[in-house]
Amino acid sequence: MDVKADVVQDSIGQMCPMPIAYMARNMRKMEVGKVLEIQSDDDGAHADIPAWCEQTGNQFLGEEQAGDYVRYFVKKTVA
Amino acid sequence: MAEDNNKATFVVISGDMDKVFAAFIMATGCAAAGMDTTLFFTFWGLNAIKTGKIAKPDSFLGKMMAVMNRGGINRLNPSKFSFAGIGRGLFKKMMSDTNVASLPELRDMARELCVHFQACKMSMDVMGISQEDLIPEVTDIVGVATMVNNASKSKIQMFI
Repeated sequence: MDVKADVVQDSIGQMCPMPIAYMARNMRKMEVGKVLEIQSDDDGAHADIPAWCEQTGNQFLGEEQAGDYVRYFVKKTVA
Repeated sequence: MAEDNNKATFVVISGDMDKVFAAFIMATGCAAAGMDTTLFFTFWGLNAIKTGKIAKPDSFLGKMMAVMNRGGINRLNPSKFSFAGIGRGLFKKMMSDTNVASLPELRDMARELCVHFQACKMSMDVMGISQEDLIPEVTDIVGVATMVNNASKSKIQMFI
């Protein structure tokens, strides 16, 4: 994916709900328009990250397999 | 930050490890989604927010209760397969083996995401629990009216 992340979150090894909890915490500190990359090997994150974006109104940009984990990209669109 | 009706309220009456787990995970999820989230701990649920030190209430029955129902988040037993305390260790091991966050970690994360911890005054009185027996993160000692007020503004209400 051709997306440049402003902040990278290493959630490899974490299980539900920690990737989401850290994502929420990181997004709170970021400015609108910035992109967060979440690296996760939790299969649950595949459904949970887009669901969180739908719930909060932030934009899910997509995901990309990277070896044994997945990179998820989320753009902050809500203050 | 959150709109007035963007709330979630969880009433935690159970002190079972598995149910308290569910409560903290769901509360963390709600708070992560930007909801103003409250955990109202009552009866056995109070064990999840006790310091774990043996309380010293005045009454004889209260003292007995303090020893037999010491509480503290690391002393909660699962609702099944408890095996008189062995099950607790078993579940902790299985959870740490699969990288699932521990109960204290989840409780810390809930606080970090600004989940409110409320304790039921009436249950505290019955069981001889005072505010110093509870962790300092518990800011509100309240009654049913406060819980109802919160719950009536909540999109999600759960009784655990």
